[in-house]
Amino acid sequence: MSVAPAEVERPEADEVVVPDTPWVTIVWNDPVNLMSYVTYVFQKVFGYAKPRAEKLMLDVHHRGKAVVSSGTRESMERDAEILHGYGLWATVSHDR
Amino acid sequence: MAGFRRTPRGVSARFTADQAGILRSLVAQVADLVGGPGSAEAPVDGPEGPGEAANGGLPADFAAILGTDSPPEPPEDPVLARLLPDAYGDDPEAAGDFRRYTEPGLRSGKVAAARTVLATLPAAGGRVRLSAGDAEAWLRSLNDVRLALGVVLGITEDYEHEFAGLDPEDPRGAYLHVYDFLTFLQETLVRALR
Repeated sequence: MSVAPAEVERPEADEVVVPDTPWVTIVWNDPVNLMSYVTYVFQKVFGYAKPRAEKLMLDVHHRGKAVVSSGTRESMERDAEILHGYGLWATVSHDR
Repeated sequence: MAGFRRTPRGVSARFTADQAGILRSLVAQVADLVGGPGSAEAPVDGPEGPGEAANGGLPADFAAILGTDSPPEPPEDPVLARLLPDAYGDDPEAAGDFRRYTEPGLRSGKVAAARTVLATLPAAGGRVRLSAGDAEAWLRSLNDVRLALGVVLGITEDYEHEFAGLDPEDPRGAYLHVYDFLTFLQETLVRALR
């Protein structure tokens, strides 16, 4: 569960604005999806080069999950929706 | 069977009538499960005419109607729960909102991919030639069928060892054989698209 911070300090004009903590899309390992297919999907959906897509796939495979993208909540939900279309098990969460 | 291979105009594979029949049956079952009964029938140009005749009077686009009122709860059917997963593991309210907005499109996308397979795979088998777009639909549909079989069979990372001593009379044996065939088919299709 993620909630907005209770207090938000307005930055002064000359302060560096710290970006909002990003949201992330996580892909979880499952025993059915093929390693080659998962790599293909990461390349297709995110435009990642093959080495990066393969590394992410291996992270999913060996560690059980991997963060595959980060950004606004809306764009992460869009990513999860697309990944569900490919049958990957994807969730959205706040990167804390 | 040699699986899919790349050709100058796309990808291609040859199917026996048995292989085509099994694959068509499983793809249609997944489409009906995801989109509602009759979803596997093409809405206008199906081999048996308008969808109404083939599915007991239900509208041909029943999937779309079903989708407009999809509940925000995850499906109770374990196969559907895998095909339409929650996007928030620890926040049921956010998961419900996500499901409300995305599930109709997710269902219709899976039904569309299934229909592409049914439209391009002759029931009698033979040579199948796929454009890049059709091949993409095949990849998704093959994956959905494998996910469904994976839930039904209880596929794990180590399933080949777990099922090694399966009783020859066990009905799961035939489905395992089909699962392995679909795995091979999908693997060759991914490689052919590279």
